[in-house]
Amino acid sequence: MNIYGDRGNIISLAQRARWRGIEVEVVPVSLGDRLDPDRCDIIFFGGGQDKEQTLVAADFRSVQASAVHRFVEDGGPLLSICGGYQLLGKYFRTHTGETLDGIGLFDAWTVAGEKRCIGNALVECNFAGESPRSLVGFENHSGKTYLGQGCRPMGRVLSGFGNNGEDGLEGAVYRNSFGCYLHGSLLPKNPWFTDHLLLVALQRRYGGGVQLDPLDDTLEQRAHEAVIARIKKLGKLNTGVDHVQR
Amino acid sequence: MHPRLAVAVAAGQFATLLSRRLGIGGGTTAPGHLVRVLDPGAVSAIAAGIPSGSIVVTGTNGKTTTSRMISTVLRKAGLQVMHNRSGANLIAGITSTLVNGSTLAGRPKADVGLFEVDEATFPAALQELRPRLCVLTNLFRDQLDRYGEVDYLSRLWRDALQRLPISSTVLLNADDPRIADLGEGLSCRVLYYGVEDVSLAAPSVTHAADSRFCLRCGAPYHYDVAFYSHIGHYRCLSCGASRPEPQLKVTGAELLGTEGSLLSLETPAGALNLHVRVPGLYNAYNALAAAAAGVAMGIDPAAITSGIDEFSAAFGRVERVNVEGQKVFLALVKNPVGFTEVLSTILRDPGEKGVMIVINDLFADGTDVSWLWDVDFELLAGRLTFATVSGLRAEDMAVRLKYAGVDPSLIDVESDSAKALQISLERTPEGATLYLLPTYTAMLEVRGRMADAGLLSRFWED
Repeated sequence: MNIYGDRGNIISLAQRARWRGIEVEVVPVSLGDRLDPDRCDIIFFGGGQDKEQTLVAADFRSVQASAVHRFVEDGGPLLSICGGYQLLGKYFRTHTGETLDGIGLFDAWTVAGEKRCIGNALVECNFAGESPRSLVGFENHSGKTYLGQGCRPMGRVLSGFGNNGEDGLEGAVYRNSFGCYLHGSLLPKNPWFTDHLLLVALQRRYGGGVQLDPLDDTLEQRAHEAVIARIKKLGKLNTGVDHVQR
Repeated sequence: MHPRLAVAVAAGQFATLLSRRLGIGGGTTAPGHLVRVLDPGAVSAIAAGIPSGSIVVTGTNGKTTTSRMISTVLRKAGLQVMHNRSGANLIAGITSTLVNGSTLAGRPKADVGLFEVDEATFPAALQELRPRLCVLTNLFRDQLDRYGEVDYLSRLWRDALQRLPISSTVLLNADDPRIADLGEGLSCRVLYYGVEDVSLAAPSVTHAADSRFCLRCGAPYHYDVAFYSHIGHYRCLSCGASRPEPQLKVTGAELLGTEGSLLSLETPAGALNLHVRVPGLYNAYNALAAAAAGVAMGIDPAAITSGIDEFSAAFGRVERVNVEGQKVFLALVKNPVGFTEVLSTILRDPGEKGVMIVINDLFADGTDVSWLWDVDFELLAGRLTFATVSGLRAEDMAVRLKYAGVDPSLIDVESDSAKALQISLERTPEGATLYLLPTYTAMLEVRGRMADAGLLSRFWED
């Protein structure tokens, strides 16, 4: 499942690692491929069309699911977008009432909604201990995802529909695994989040002392600001964003 | 004479005249809306009177170019063609075309109707036009927010094709699995076109492929040959489904960079040699589709060959212009596959390049710019002297280039496209070409400005 331009997430991670002199190997995992959690540093799972999602779901559950669980329990960083995010939940119920089981990594479930949620999105994130950061992206989904009692969201919606257009929450977090509906692609315009995933991966492999050299993110910041300005211009902001650190 | 139709036609023609006189738009769509309110059956009534019937062309990439090539071929054969030029390809635009091409009594003046049709409009167009020939070029992920998913479109199209009269012909691209599959179970005549010359093959199926799984059984397709994205020679190792044998095929091809290509065709009407004067593999496919359409309509092969030979690109798609004495190569970019093909094509010209890329995110451009990450901008790394990025999403484009490996010091961000053009022309050395690549609304804006300066014609003058 690799449509909707989510390839940008892989490019962002790989380039930001390479620019720091870190060698990167990108390994595509397809139907029937076995995943070795000890050889993974970061897992990325993108979106797809309904039909592809059905094809992938069964294979994912039987072949890769246990490896993904082990990886995440071990603190491995994972990012999932849209269809991938949905498959990592407990289940997805389609328009026709059919239930597709996910792998239950996130305590969340999705039901097919009536309308498509489309547009630029702005989310305020509060990862443990850090000051609030903003994420910008673009969403396009009709699925509505609801989080269980104990499931933390990735953030609060400042503009957009979020998981379901009702509770003002976007995405889900479990340990170092993240899922959300943000395309864009997500990571390129949110370099702080890319670096967060890279740092978690490096510290898991090489120990807590590892640090990342800062990079010149002028272009990325400009693009981030431009989306916020566009959202403001279109009059779609829910609350003030000035206090949120980019 | 049907009074209601006559009223609708008169109103439509008057509205068109008025909008042109007053300089409001080109009168290509609004009159159609008016006509449809006055007589919803107008299109069917007028279309039924076209002596040689209608041709409908749809697909993700190449609709306008293929249609315009077919138009040139038909006119070379001496036929009067009613054609919805200027890409007014929704139902209102098609209606306007029919109304403006008829007498006040609703009798069409042309011998043949030719309609480029938007993907979502295809079913309605088939129902109202009852075309003699349908041409389906390809199906890619295009504007993600407008069409949702390609599966949905396939279903709509299959349904529409199944309702065609038995006397119709459907012409399908055998090299696109989703398009070829639409030929199954149709009661009308089905013809396939395709490329057999494997020297054009890319090393492997690229990442933008969205039709990689067998439509029958879901197993991944195996590609013996991949030309680009999911276009190629595919078969399913699991259930045996495979690319149909095309009756109209390119057996020899030579790509000539931005100058075009030479194609040798074998068809039921004999061999054809085409000199295509628009660049890239994707235009070779357009020419093949147009030539195949000509054969399907029984057009004389000499008219087909000379029609293709004389064809120069549709407005704004690919153009070479002179701006203040400098050469500008202008190519519309719409989606990942098309954009990547444009980049491959311009890089076949030798030397380093200066580019200006203008990205808007209005409805007609696609509001989700994620698609930029599926374009192979990595091809540009190390090949650029400068890159100016402009438009509503200039900043996104700058980030994309940086991550593609383009040196950030070469990237200039200027949202105002007039200023950006100025900067780009200044940075282009004398004698060199500026490659200007805009999305749809950006192209209209840039081109409009060039037309005001007397360098080009306005799009409805074509």
